[in-house]
Amino acid sequence: MATYRELLQETKTEIEEVDAREAQELDGAAWIDVRRHDEWDEGYIPGSIHIPRGSLESRIESRVPDRSQPVVLYCASGERSAFAAKTLAELGYERPVSLVGGFTDWKRNGYEIALPRTLSPEKRARYSRHTLIPEIGEEGQLRLLDSKILLLGAGGLGSPAALYLAAAGVGHIGIVDADIVDESNLQRQIVHSLNTLGTPKVDSAKRTIEALNPDVQVTTYRERLTSENIDEILDDGWEIVVDGTDNFPTRYLLNDAAVWRNIPVVYGSIYRFEGQVSVFKAGDGPCYRCLFPAPPPPELAPSCSEGGVLGVLPGVVGSLQTNEALKLALGIGEPLIGRLLIFDALAGEFDEMRIKRNPDCPVCGEHPTITEYVDYVEFCAR
Amino acid sequence: MNVVRVPPVLREEAGGARQVEASGATVRELLEDLTGRMPALGAKVYDGSEIRPYVNVYVDGEDVRTSGGLDAPVREGATVVLLPAMAGGAVLGR
Repeated sequence: MATYRELLQETKTEIEEVDAREAQELDGAAWIDVRRHDEWDEGYIPGSIHIPRGSLESRIESRVPDRSQPVVLYCASGERSAFAAKTLAELGYERPVSLVGGFTDWKRNGYEIALPRTLSPEKRARYSRHTLIPEIGEEGQLRLLDSKILLLGAGGLGSPAALYLAAAGVGHIGIVDADIVDESNLQRQIVHSLNTLGTPKVDSAKRTIEALNPDVQVTTYRERLTSENIDEILDDGWEIVVDGTDNFPTRYLLNDAAVWRNIPVVYGSIYRFEGQVSVFKAGDGPCYRCLFPAPPPPELAPSCSEGGVLGVLPGVVGSLQTNEALKLALGIGEPLIGRLLIFDALAGEFDEMRIKRNPDCPVCGEHPTITEYVDYVEFCAR
Repeated sequence: MNVVRVPPVLREEAGGARQVEASGATVRELLEDLTGRMPALGAKVYDGSEIRPYVNVYVDGEDVRTSGGLDAPVREGATVVLLPAMAGGAVLGR
């Protein structure tokens, strides 16, 4: 039976050890820090990836898929990394090496170190189901906490968006809505409740968000978006807008402002049993006016009395919008740019239409004819 | 013959149908055939010379405005989708 010392000695004979200079000469090597979270938090070698020793076997393949890439492993002193190097050799990595003296010697010898921005232990616990996903991790969660997302409307679409964005830890959420919570809203607007009947929707939504997640800072705009206030609101630095508006004038106003300011808009729309979702991002794809150059004339727009919507539909569509907003904030996945997703709740079917930039688009086209805000007449009486 | 899918906002004009049939070798012929069969629906989409600007017509998932307009070919059996602008959102549900 071997003691720890004996096992370590034996392991060291089976692996390759390098000093700091030799390690830095290994071209194209992946640097893996196998220490614990609290050690990483005190500083790490710039450019290295943190995979605690206990997760090494399960996570190395997703971070270093190429077995022929050299891997420099380090811990505090060079012991845990020796065992780690042996493990990687067993997994088929061609050149895993262990840094002699580990991070302690690296730092003592005056080499550069980096200090991570990290989540507090409370946040690490709250967002653990995010940080466990390699595409998000702590870095992604920190990005979400730094994000600023504006919700246009705190109604059917804005409700799930407000809840899921807040739960996800989006650090700054803005809400624009002039309405008051009404009984008929509660059939679908799940951010509100009986407790907030008769209060402004922005305040009601803020209250719910704050009860859910104190990490979120909420800015409320108890007003209707108009050509008069749109610049002032967008000047607050919103990076993504989730469009849950209920009318054409606002939708066109937002579109034009977003094109000029290069802000992506996550569009959603619902009617009875059908919903649509897309992402309009000027430069990368079409804008809303590429899709529909102008609103329908008042006599042809569906009247509000004809409306009605299955309560869960805005839940589905608003959640799809939130998914897009989170992808944009994290910079991951394939956003619905240039694609219009149509959901038919009765059929249980999704359809996707390809939508393209219109070179003749009056706002984002080659020769724009609209260069200032247009106030369309509100034809759906509220 | 082609299947024309009717969105909820235009179903009243189609007698409540989710899809109707129409035929034509080009988008123009197809819309004229549709207007002949269902004048109320046709009129919401096509004014007799142009596709209305607040309605899009997709043939096999492509917006015909960017693939030849009214002269765009329609293959036999292609699925045609009509898509008018929707205001949507909270207030419609009130």
